[in-house]
Amino acid sequence: MKALRNLPGWETTLVVLVVVALLGGGVLSKDFLTGQNLSFLTANFSEILLMALTMTLLVIVAEIDLSVASILGLCSAVLGVLFAAGVPMPLAILAAFVVGGLAGLLNGLLVTRLGLPSLAVTIGTLALYRGLAYVLLGDRAIADFPQAYTNFGFGTVPGTLIPIPIALGTVLAVVTAVVLHATPFGRSLYAIGANEVAARFSGLRVERTKLLLFVMSGLMSALAGIVYTFRFASARGDNATGFELGVIAAVLLGGVSIFGGRGSVVGAVLAVFLIGLINGALTIVDVSNEILTIVTGLLLIGSVLVPNLVARVQAARQRRRLRGNTVSP
Amino acid sequence: MTRSDPAPATPVTPGLLTRLLRAREAGLVGLLLLVTLGTAAINPLFLGAGSVRDLFLNVAIIALLVVGETIVLLMKHVDLSISSVVGLSAFLTGSLFATHPDLPIPLALLFGLALGTVLGAVNGLLVAYGRVPALVATLGTLYVFRGVTYAVVHGGQINASNLPAAFLGFGTGSVLGIPNLVLLVVVIMLGFGAYLGSWRGGREYYALGSNAEAAVLAGISVTRRTMTGFVLSGAIAGLAGVLYLARFGTVDATAGTGLELQVIAAAVVGGVSINGGVGTLFGAGIGALLLGVMGSALVTLRAPGFYQQAIQGALLLGAISVDMLVARRTAKHLQAAPDHPGRTK
Repeated sequence: MKALRNLPGWETTLVVLVVVALLGGGVLSKDFLTGQNLSFLTANFSEILLMALTMTLLVIVAEIDLSVASILGLCSAVLGVLFAAGVPMPLAILAAFVVGGLAGLLNGLLVTRLGLPSLAVTIGTLALYRGLAYVLLGDRAIADFPQAYTNFGFGTVPGTLIPIPIALGTVLAVVTAVVLHATPFGRSLYAIGANEVAARFSGLRVERTKLLLFVMSGLMSALAGIVYTFRFASARGDNATGFELGVIAAVLLGGVSIFGGRGSVVGAVLAVFLIGLINGALTIVDVSNEILTIVTGLLLIGSVLVPNLVARVQAARQRRRLRGNTVSP
Repeated sequence: MTRSDPAPATPVTPGLLTRLLRAREAGLVGLLLLVTLGTAAINPLFLGAGSVRDLFLNVAIIALLVVGETIVLLMKHVDLSISSVVGLSAFLTGSLFATHPDLPIPLALLFGLALGTVLGAVNGLLVAYGRVPALVATLGTLYVFRGVTYAVVHGGQINASNLPAAFLGFGTGSVLGIPNLVLLVVVIMLGFGAYLGSWRGGREYYALGSNAEAAVLAGISVTRRTMTGFVLSGAIAGLAGVLYLARFGTVDATAGTGLELQVIAAAVVGGVSINGGVGTLFGAGIGALLLGVMGSALVTLRAPGFYQQAIQGALLLGAISVDMLVARRTAKHLQAAPDHPGRTK
């Protein structure tokens, strides 16, 4: 799999693309590059940013979690129902984390104990957790959260225009990057993704690692659910439906290989910003939501297809070169 | 899904259970009868003529889609985009009728087939030639096709009043008491059942899903077969879109959303393995029927609609877990000495 991704500089390319998206937005509208607008725009992908961090780790070990947006919705519903029942907010938030962790644990147990493909498991739990969110809330919405908490959702870091959830996501991204790129645990993830059998033989605890990652993914989705609930000051069963696509698109576009064993946190984070900015720029030119859906879908396909095609072209060239060599001694 | 037997004479041994599970279809039929009779005992209306007819009409569309999904699952791939193909096909067929009210019904069916073929070919090209994993490719096209539908629909809607009476009659009519749609789907299922069971092309899907390398060595063109599988899945979904329009008469941009989950659940519950190479259309059809019966049983028993999705997800998880356990047990029987690296029990 010699591909575009292996070349050092996919992250650099993404940085260039982010700058191009910024400039493009600026050309489209002079209001695009104002701090206010960018602050507003980035706040919109807070949850995707958070969930993309744990998704990066999962995809590196060649697993996937399609249930993240449903866990987000379920935790949002738990938070809303408990708050409406008069439970103190800190306890309701704790309960949301517990539910998210348990949801991730169920995913992880089904994958590691039964050896089921994570794709199949998390398609099932995507429906199950979303269904449970509806069971809890039906089509009701819980609003009227205390101002102190909703401020956390749509406030900015004092003295700056950085939305609080994005600041939180950035801190967590740094932590994730350090764990992935500078600890033995992080290195072991690459080993597992590159060759699971070899990793097992070298004594890595593959099952335990994967279980841990699924639980982390559940906890992160719970955090995203709490952020989403406060950002929109509304807990609903259908909160963030379909967000899993955005998360996976960002992770793959960020250079994390769907086949496992390759990728970086920086790439995934840059891709989240890139997709967010493209969407923001397109919204300015009044491109409707349906086009955004198409663009995200195409980015998802393209981020896997293009490296594959590049790899094939390179392989063909290599073969021709070799053939050429045999002709001329 | 617990059942309390009136104290069986002997406890059910694992061996018997395994045998039952292996005869997957037999077990499914038994469960089907149990759910049907149990619900009817509580509420006799469940087996009323009208409700049975509605049930079969609802199952018909899922059962048709299961045919295409089974072909793809057999190859160890997955097609998540079928719901979007159904939506686009239903809406475009409706628009076609709105502008050409005198369009013959067979032509409308052909149009759906052709549209589905094109969309399926997109998936096939991505997976077979672009080497994009089917999950990524069809998750992408699920959104792209749905986005195209939104763009075409532009907040509009097709209503029964836009459709010619003949077409609506086709959707609601029946022959000898059997609804047209059900008849059509049964004929298609029988045809594909024969194709998958005893035609060379049909058997190749099994070969591909069981062992791709061996299939190559056996001289099967993997790319061509994969392409064909996705094209068939798309074409069937396109046809299902026309039937969806005939059945419901009202279609908006969200038509068919979420169908892919029900279809995959039906196939897996019916014994089609998500790991490829295992499953029959008969089983998949029974799986679709079972899920349909459970759905309407819930409605009959006054369970809130909000429970539907959770139950579907739980069923899917249960089915794949059972599937895996059975597969492992079978593998253990086949292997005298398991020499797998991994956890030592």
